[in-house]
Amino acid sequence: METLSFRLSAPTRAGGTRMQAIVGVVASGNLEVLLERAAPADSCMIDITTAAHGFGAVWDAVVRDFVARRPAGGLRISINDGGARPDTVALRLAQGVRKIEEPER
Amino acid sequence: MIAATANTDSLSWYEASARQRIDALVDPGSFAEFIGPEQREMSPHLSIFDLPEQFDDGIVVGRGRLEGSPVLVAAQEGRFMGGAFGEVHGAKLTGLLRAARALQQDVLILFDTGGVRLQEANAGELAIAEIMRAVIEARRAGANVIGLIGGRAGCYGGGSLIAGTCSRLIVSEQGRISVSGPEVIETNKGIEEFDSRDRALVWRTMGGKHRYLIGGADTFVDDEALAFRQAAMDALKVTRGCGVAVLEAEQTRLERRLQRFGAARDAVEIWQALGIDTSTDIPALPTDAFLAAANNRENADDAR
Amino acid sequence: MSDWGMQKAALAERLAAGQRHASGKIVPIPSLPAFLNAVIRSGDRVCLEGDNQKQADILASALADLDPAEISDLHMVQSGVVLPSHLDIFEKGIARRLDFSYSGPQSARIARMLFGGKIELGAVHTYLELFARYFIDLTPHVALIAAVSADKDGNLYTGPNTEDTPTVVEATSYKNGLVVAQVTEIVDKVPRVDIPGDLVHFVVEAGRPFYVEPLFTRDPAAITETQILTAMLAIKGIYAPYGVRRLNHGIGFNTAAIELLLPTYGEKLGLKGKVCTHFALNPHPTMIPAIEAGWVEQIHCFGSEVGMEDYVAARPDVFFTGPDGSLRSNRAFCQTAGLYACDMFIGSTLQIDLEGHSSTVTTSRIAGFGGAPNMGSDPRGRRHPSEPWLKAGAEAAPDSDAALRRGRKLVVQIGETFGERNAPLFVERLDALELASALKLDLAPVMVYADDVTHIVTEEGIANLLMCRDKDEREQAIRGVAGYTDIGRARDPKLVEKLRARGVIRRPEDLGIDPLDADRRLLAARSIKDLMLASGGLYRPPSRFRNW
Repeated sequence: METLSFRLSAPTRAGGTRMQAIVGVVASGNLEVLLERAAPADSCMIDITTAAHGFGAVWDAVVRDFVARRPAGGLRISINDGGARPDTVALRLAQGVRKIEEPER
Repeated sequence: MIAATANTDSLSWYEASARQRIDALVDPGSFAEFIGPEQREMSPHLSIFDLPEQFDDGIVVGRGRLEGSPVLVAAQEGRFMGGAFGEVHGAKLTGLLRAARALQQDVLILFDTGGVRLQEANAGELAIAEIMRAVIEARRAGANVIGLIGGRAGCYGGGSLIAGTCSRLIVSEQGRISVSGPEVIETNKGIEEFDSRDRALVWRTMGGKHRYLIGGADTFVDDEALAFRQAAMDALKVTRGCGVAVLEAEQTRLERRLQRFGAARDAVEIWQALGIDTSTDIPALPTDAFLAAANNRENADDAR
Repeated sequence: MSDWGMQKAALAERLAAGQRHASGKIVPIPSLPAFLNAVIRSGDRVCLEGDNQKQADILASALADLDPAEISDLHMVQSGVVLPSHLDIFEKGIARRLDFSYSGPQSARIARMLFGGKIELGAVHTYLELFARYFIDLTPHVALIAAVSADKDGNLYTGPNTEDTPTVVEATSYKNGLVVAQVTEIVDKVPRVDIPGDLVHFVVEAGRPFYVEPLFTRDPAAITETQILTAMLAIKGIYAPYGVRRLNHGIGFNTAAIELLLPTYGEKLGLKGKVCTHFALNPHPTMIPAIEAGWVEQIHCFGSEVGMEDYVAARPDVFFTGPDGSLRSNRAFCQTAGLYACDMFIGSTLQIDLEGHSSTVTTSRIAGFGGAPNMGSDPRGRRHPSEPWLKAGAEAAPDSDAALRRGRKLVVQIGETFGERNAPLFVERLDALELASALKLDLAPVMVYADDVTHIVTEEGIANLLMCRDKDEREQAIRGVAGYTDIGRARDPKLVEKLRARGVIRRPEDLGIDPLDADRRLLAARSIKDLMLASGGLYRPPSRFRNW
């Protein structure tokens, strides 16, 4: 497994009040994304454990775009990756921030 | 912008994740998870094999309400390592069942498993034994333990043994219940005995319809989360004991079933023996027609 | 004085030689090896029928069992190199030269044999191109074909899988070649005459159906959210604005997703009756929900599809069926229809380069072309106008005189930026070029040429190449939808944003599509079972696709 860590400054704070959210599963070509409100509001921490080695530059591009485009400030995001494609990663990250924004029931 | 037409009323149980199934099963907003993913209680074994881990080790356990009544719930994630039992995964279910005994609360187990995880086989096998004991102890204490089976991985190996100890089993057509999986049978007995790639054969031998017809499951439902919910509510309305009389009835039932169908070479022969005229049509029948045709099925009403 | 009847005389000799092993036109199976040995001559051009679907498999095995000491140097001219026996014929030295079109499952072995010199390659063709050459310079001396049934006079019923048979027989029989058919059974009267008995010289009763590959069955259960997103982009960003009514779909999961979104997403967009009314298309099981919802007026088929026979027969208003009720497919006509009478082709590919050339070749596999390049090319001989064709032509050359301006066929490549095993869709250099140089081919095997491609759709957006005015714009338009591939990350962000402002690149948000709405619940069927149910039980999928 390869581990990657990113500490990024986030222009927009994550919405909603939920403390955590989880989306996806760890399977071939899939990943799980755990989002926790555990970072300063203007930053986003992303820790990745991935089965696919040597894709650091792609992860870097995906998470930077994500933090620039989606409200991710204040989140600590932990990813277990089963070798998902970048488009799937981007989709799960977007699903994750939408889920943590959902009103609590 | 035109809104997409996703039908939120209809959720395929087969396709849904463990968490989606729980959300659709229990009363809205009532679920509270024990040992959630944020606790990162993961398998201590997988990293040795350089395999990816999952924060909940492939099983979600917690409590919720069904029609207002408290229930304990466990759901396996069939896509993570085929929903297989490992040390942590098994311990979470054992603990939930022990809580059921202590609290005398009913339990819903949403099976989706290929059996025991190869990489932690000893721990997994031990877990199966502990879980079966815990199921019986919970039932002895007056709790119902209901199995719901309709996931991608089916309910195989040790999972099927646990299912055999439950007080009620709810199954959909997609659900498969068997100790040995198709590939295992083919590997050990040859392709002449069982062609694992013949999916029609797999389903008519292990699938939900066949299991329902021979009394291997008690309720047959559509592949819809709401259908599973309704069946679970119905199943919890009757509390079933778990004493010597029940076990003896189960032994008698199984002996009778073996005597009746033991010589059959194919499930279709069993369906014919059950008096189903259109036995070869069974796989294609929609639920209503199937349930009508299944009128004279074997059942296990006294034996669970 | 020349003898103008030499070919007729040669045919008479073959017929006489074959007759010694036949009773009337019927060749008993045990006599097949001796029969073939008697009618085939070393150096013959032989067409062994078989494409990406039906196979004359019994005849293929018998041909591969010939003794190369007696018969060798055959020149195989055939659509598909699909069965292991097709290559055994070369391995054993019975055949030497090959002209073909498609090799799907044998694509790796055929490449190895080409490298090893076991096969002398003529060319890799499209179907229509190979059919054309059957009538010009690759006319078979012997055709070995497949049908469902025959009568004693040799009249053939092909069943729904008519496919290449009429073309092969036409070229062979009318040019003094010998035609031998394998059939499942001999009957008193065939259900319909697909091939007249005059053209068929011998018939072999195989006792079992010819093999058919269910190539066009895509299990909806395997369609991903990203594929659904690409399908939504295509429907809203291409089908709708061009009003595409006459079209062909490829066989990938992206187009299967489009088919399954028509009755849901397409319906919401109000597109029913405005798009997707006429197809040149095999009977894709994933078309069932759209057909049942009344979207489709008619479909002409290249071939049939395993399990779809009863459904097709029950929908004669949509499909071309015979007086017996079953489908008649004719690949040559359908390829022609796809080329000339369709306004759009949309399909998946494996690699796209910076100019827009696309290829399904990898360095170790030669899959061939099948029919895709006919569909995926702009027919220069087209003269009839249609709204999408004119609109595309105007986008390509807005300043030219409208009455003298050619329209353009829409040729759309659709896919995810990363394919299986994370292989990037976009590359600097096609693997096809490596293959061409290794095999010393004059042409790299390119599926769709850059100058034919009009749009590329990925999950990142749509690139409209018609609106690119120079090479640089074209390259940046492609990079601009190439996602996180190396090609995509090396884009010029400023130029890409300019192209987006001009509508050359359109992102999901530019089209009012939220990627988070790309949900499997949008699919009109999510499993093969759903398709069976939607067909009212008429679709009978092969066992390998079932989970019931």
